[in-house]
Amino acid sequence: MKANRSFRKYLAVVGLHLTMVIVSVITLLPFLWMVGASFMKNGEASTFPPRFIPSQFTLDQYQFLFQRMHLGRFFLNSLILAVAVTLVSLFVNSLAGYAFAKFSFRAKRPLFVFLLSSMIIPGQVTMLPVFLLLNKLGLLNTYFGIIIPGMASIFGIFLIRQYLQSVPDSLIEAARIDGAKDFAIYWRIILPLAKPVLVTLALFTFMGTWNDFLWPLIVMTKEEMYTLPVALANLLGEHTPDPELMMAGSVITILPVLIVFMALQKYYIQGIMLGGVKE
Amino acid sequence: MRKRIYTPYLFLAPALGTLLIFFFLPVAAAFLMSFTDFDIYSLGNLQRARVILFGNYSQLLSDPLFWKALANTFYFVIVGGPLTIIVALLAAIGLNSRLFYFRNWFRLAFFMPVVTTLVAVAVVWRYLYHPRFGIINYLLSQIGIQGVDWLGDPHWAMPALILLAIWKNFGYQMMIFLAGLQAIPDYLYEAARIDGAGWWRQFFHVTIPQLAPTTFFVTIMTIIGYFQFFAEPYVMTQGGPLNATLSIVLYLYQQGFRWWRMGYASAIAFILFIIVFFFAMIQLSLRKRGEA
Repeated sequence: MKANRSFRKYLAVVGLHLTMVIVSVITLLPFLWMVGASFMKNGEASTFPPRFIPSQFTLDQYQFLFQRMHLGRFFLNSLILAVAVTLVSLFVNSLAGYAFAKFSFRAKRPLFVFLLSSMIIPGQVTMLPVFLLLNKLGLLNTYFGIIIPGMASIFGIFLIRQYLQSVPDSLIEAARIDGAKDFAIYWRIILPLAKPVLVTLALFTFMGTWNDFLWPLIVMTKEEMYTLPVALANLLGEHTPDPELMMAGSVITILPVLIVFMALQKYYIQGIMLGGVKE
Repeated sequence: MRKRIYTPYLFLAPALGTLLIFFFLPVAAAFLMSFTDFDIYSLGNLQRARVILFGNYSQLLSDPLFWKALANTFYFVIVGGPLTIIVALLAAIGLNSRLFYFRNWFRLAFFMPVVTTLVAVAVVWRYLYHPRFGIINYLLSQIGIQGVDWLGDPHWAMPALILLAIWKNFGYQMMIFLAGLQAIPDYLYEAARIDGAGWWRQFFHVTIPQLAPTTFFVTIMTIIGYFQFFAEPYVMTQGGPLNATLSIVLYLYQQGFRWWRMGYASAIAFILFIIVFFFAMIQLSLRKRGEA
């Protein structure tokens, strides 16, 4: 009886691990093939049976992308936009989050509820008018066309406000008695205290901007302003029969976000919990 | 104490100003535009847009492509949503099991697709689905199943996009389930065990009911997100074959930014909004009932 029971437990442990290994192999297989094919010579990824490891390791595809397809330019566009949107929105959202967390004013509650409830409006609704507005302002095909509309996010304000509510009022009062001005309190006390949530929000914003497709597709119609995802989708149109080249492009697009995520994953997961389960 | 009334408004001004100009006013403008015949001629001269009241909406009702896009989107949501959630729940339970040793490594592996660029992985999957050289048909042939032309066959194109969506997204829901599982108090399981409940009965009588609020939240979030799918068909099928993967947002994009029928596209956007709003309201009302 007892032996039978421990045998069943043993089976459960083995079965569970086996299943999880299979699932994780399925999860990782597309990435493995992407990396493998990106180092292959033309045509090698279109063979049967499919190969994962290049017969002869080559950087041809990467070289072609950077030298002939100006991938460096698109990479730079993506990087500039992601960094700029992150820095500017961090500043703007933290100012607002601080006001909602630590000031009392008459419009506070209705304003906050109004903002939160408008979060369900899908972004696609605003696309057409914002496009027309940017057109009027001459901001299409400029970095500002993506940075300015991305300066404020309701989710970001909400995240920072949630976090700052746990900061004791006494800290702020003490600084005020010492004669600190409101902006100095925000800059010297609130921002350093909010560092964990700022890192989380920075990570979300950076990755969200880097990965975004629909909005840059609409705003950036001139080739020299393409971001990586837009350039990649465009490249696919011309180079469908070249999987090796397309995989190298995918590696370049994915690698930066993956590295940033790996380095800061603790903050990312905290953010999911803050934004997700809390409310 | 020196405290001015307008100070908080100074802190709010940059954010609220941006949201007003680039979010709230555009929502209102889109609403108004959906009652006009705003098109490519109006782009140069606003005077040329005429008010046609419900003209766009009534035209949508008799537009077979719009109904096709609506039906495709519901297909994607109704089949893809639950499947994603089931995979996520099973993965979370597996990771959370006491019998499992490598939680952190596997959690990271399962989560990787979530953070990667959708366009790039859609490009990768386009080749995985290749009827002759793709890995997916190769693996199927290894277990004796005849492969299909995934993206070229109108019956298989949508299942192919759903498969990609499950792979890409289940890690996110899994994280939320994992937090939900860890919040279930141990004494509930102990009490069940003392009462002689085995693993299955503990699962159905403790885990599932305790996870209900989390499951509900995850379901609504997934549904709302899936209604807005765009990049997968744009990159992999351009809405084809035979419009089998044309989604609402893809149709909106084509009407608005390819044919510049912006009044018509605004009407599509508002129908999307109404659908999403409806599901958000379900969540809100059920949550209120749960609290009461």
